[in-house]
Amino acid sequence: MNGAGEVPMSYLEVRNLSKRFGDFVALGDISLDIVEGEFVCFLGPSGCGKTTLLRAIAGLDPQTSGTIHQKGRDVSALPPAQRDFGIVFQSYALFPNLTVADNVGYGLVSRRDKKAAIAARVTELLGLVGLLDSGAKYPAQLSGGQQQRVALARALATAPGLLLLDEPLSALDARVRVRLRHEIKALQRRLGVTTIMVTHDQEEALTMADRIVVMNHGAIEQVGTPQEIYRRPATAFVADFVGSMNFLSGKLAAPDTVEIAGRAFRCAAQDGLAPGSAVRLCIRPEDVRVRDLPADVANRVAVEVTELDFVGAFCRATLKLREADDVALTADFSSNLIRDLGVELGRKLDIALPPDRLRVFAA
Amino acid sequence: MTLAVSDRRPPLRVGLSRDDLTMRLGVVLLALVLLLIVGLPLWALLAKGFEDRDGKFVWFANYAAYFSTPALFDSALNSFKVAAVTTLVVVPLSFLYAYALTRAVLPLRWLFQGISLIPIFAPSLLPGLALIYLFGNQGFFKGLLGGPIYGFDGIVIAQIFYCFPHATLILVTALSTADARLYEAADALGASKLRVFFTVTLPGAKYGLISAALVVFTLVITDFGIAKVIGGNFNVLATDVYKQVIGQQNFSMGAVVGMVLLAPAALAFVVDRLVQRKQVALLTARAVPLVPKPKLGRDLFFTAFCSLVSVGILAILGMAAWGSLIKYWPYNLTLTLGNYEFTNFDASGWDSYFNSLRMALGAAIVGTALTFVGAWLNEKTKGFGLMRGVVQFLAFLPMAVPGLVLGLGYIFFFNAPNNPLNFIYATMAILVVNTVAHFYTVGHLTATTALKQIDPEFESVSASLKVPIWRTFGRVTAPICLPAILDVAIYMFVNAMTTVSSVIFLYAPDTKLASVAAVNIEEAGTTAAAAALCIVIVITSAAVKALHVLADRFLLGRLQAWRRR
Repeated sequence: MNGAGEVPMSYLEVRNLSKRFGDFVALGDISLDIVEGEFVCFLGPSGCGKTTLLRAIAGLDPQTSGTIHQKGRDVSALPPAQRDFGIVFQSYALFPNLTVADNVGYGLVSRRDKKAAIAARVTELLGLVGLLDSGAKYPAQLSGGQQQRVALARALATAPGLLLLDEPLSALDARVRVRLRHEIKALQRRLGVTTIMVTHDQEEALTMADRIVVMNHGAIEQVGTPQEIYRRPATAFVADFVGSMNFLSGKLAAPDTVEIAGRAFRCAAQDGLAPGSAVRLCIRPEDVRVRDLPADVANRVAVEVTELDFVGAFCRATLKLREADDVALTADFSSNLIRDLGVELGRKLDIALPPDRLRVFAA
Repeated sequence: MTLAVSDRRPPLRVGLSRDDLTMRLGVVLLALVLLLIVGLPLWALLAKGFEDRDGKFVWFANYAAYFSTPALFDSALNSFKVAAVTTLVVVPLSFLYAYALTRAVLPLRWLFQGISLIPIFAPSLLPGLALIYLFGNQGFFKGLLGGPIYGFDGIVIAQIFYCFPHATLILVTALSTADARLYEAADALGASKLRVFFTVTLPGAKYGLISAALVVFTLVITDFGIAKVIGGNFNVLATDVYKQVIGQQNFSMGAVVGMVLLAPAALAFVVDRLVQRKQVALLTARAVPLVPKPKLGRDLFFTAFCSLVSVGILAILGMAAWGSLIKYWPYNLTLTLGNYEFTNFDASGWDSYFNSLRMALGAAIVGTALTFVGAWLNEKTKGFGLMRGVVQFLAFLPMAVPGLVLGLGYIFFFNAPNNPLNFIYATMAILVVNTVAHFYTVGHLTATTALKQIDPEFESVSASLKVPIWRTFGRVTAPICLPAILDVAIYMFVNAMTTVSSVIFLYAPDTKLASVAAVNIEEAGTTAAAAALCIVIVITSAAVKALHVLADRFLLGRLQAWRRR
């Protein structure tokens, strides 16, 4: 989005947003653009400022400084009631004394819509979230997943331009969570509503988001599609936080060579780092190659299997470099591979670290 | 990673929504109301203490006169003695009783719990009257006591009866928030029963014990009815205020004694607040509640103990009831309803009772509405910290102020000729307002607790749906809090029925209340009719409470179907 050329009109424009509590900086100078119809996830560990950013966008806890434009309108200083958004909280905040239908129609009644029109809209929304038969029930009579969907329908009832989801799935058990991921994503795609979801669950972000905003310590670490975030993490934090990653300490011997324990590994040319500086060479466990290595394969290393953890669909092996006792990395081996190559503890193997899969970060 | 936060930009000024403005206006109004009904009357009292009879400012002359009058100063010492002894008796007694209710398996547990509450429904002079029947100059068991019951002994015994339910309620709450896992852990580690008691039970109830002691101490110091009825020549602070104001019409000295009375009550209140602040939630969401298992020896002991205490409570109540039905104690024990024909004993007759009913109903409605809406405004208004702090302070103040002192302040403030509000003086309205102010704190706390328990995001959701906050108050917040609202209403009603201290300065002939009439009748020497009036009050407030319990169980269940899963 920072690239030259055609930049799509941004629907939500966050500029230099800061939020301080006394001396504590909860958000430091955040700038961000969100395109209309996009599904964006704010991802990060707890306390990284993702919820603070969401609440500032909603106007619930306004920023200390900085501006927010929504569809060209400056909403920076507007109270929540004058902004255009629907919100779903982790607790759902369903009104326990109102029926499901009354909850969903809550925002419609105060707009003085016609009774019949409200009823039709409520039915439409309940159909949308698959709860047509539950209109007369009270929230306490529904399962967690159903309550979540009621909250979603209520937030969508007034057809807001922006949908905000604050950890909407984290109160649910694992199976329901996975199902609802797909349902929410499908619904969002169908309605085309611009959506921001806060989550600390990387899998959730990777499966649902069009773009992910990775945050840490009140700042944005990286913005990108799930593939970009996973394949080309911009910082060591992102590399570590999203997915599993091996970090091998070494030295940048040449722009495209990292030296680890006296061994040179070829990688993509590093422009930002000075030759001779200490670096960390990164590779994901599933990118370690073992099978059918050509004779002239780059970055071939002889290793010994020192640990083998069965994780179900695959095994995670800890491999010690035979040339350097103190360097080890993990690799994911499929069950087939384990069987075909007879991998077991103490087994000596040759592996390769494909240069295009290697990332280098300053140590 | 360092954050480059530029401070050049001016901090953002967030616009106020219509809701924000409405709420802030509400908070300002609430602060004004509380200032009128609590703050300014107390200020008037404070100022009065520095004036002579002609209203001239005399610095500390009144205080100097007070502390150099041995008779007055002795009353303060007497008050302390009575309060200290009562506290030392009531707190262990209540602790055992509360322990029995929460940690033993009692047959008819609900009955024991119900009986322990009875004194709450009676005006404080009732136990005094009962003791006069039992041990007074013409008492049944007069010989049993070494000397006359009038004075120190009588006051302490009556106070024990009067304070018992208050301490028991606090300690039951403290003892029922126990985590069974702590006891299992102690058992698993092989700790003896005694060691478990001293290392788990007692520390868990520590704050409850401190709170109960402070509450009892304050109740005794500030109570007026008991000392009035059975104090004899044994003067205490509360009776001194009454004598100075009603007897000698010395308002300045009354104000000084009032301030002296305020000091220990306020001190106890501050200590309690400080202690409560230290208390952390013992019962986390994951705690396993402790359910006592039957154990013959312990259960027999506690059943016997509770029966004994219950018999004591019932005996005092029963004595008052019996006495009220007797023709001429102790010479003619024929039963009669003659003592209930109040016109024969007091000019207001049964009117005082209906005045009490009207007053209690008014206080219940006004007090509940004001405390609940007030607590909601203060809880849900965003920002505006200073004004909300003022409201919070004024809402807590009444708890620290004895009724007599507040009543006195009302005389000085509302009876001032230059006060535009002095038209409400000597009306039913001032009694209602005074009672609401007197019992404001508990209503405010109950409402605040209920409001804190509901999801804080309801208002955020309403704002995002463009629904005004007051509509969410009416459709969601208030209905959810209905049980707490009823609790406050009953609390206001019962206290309005039984209170003597505050309203005794404020009634007019046509607004005399039953509790005040009972004091007057007793003063005139007709113990039986005073007892009869007290019994009528007990029956009324207990009946209202019973109705509340029934409504809670049956009506609310139907109205609030949404609570069922």
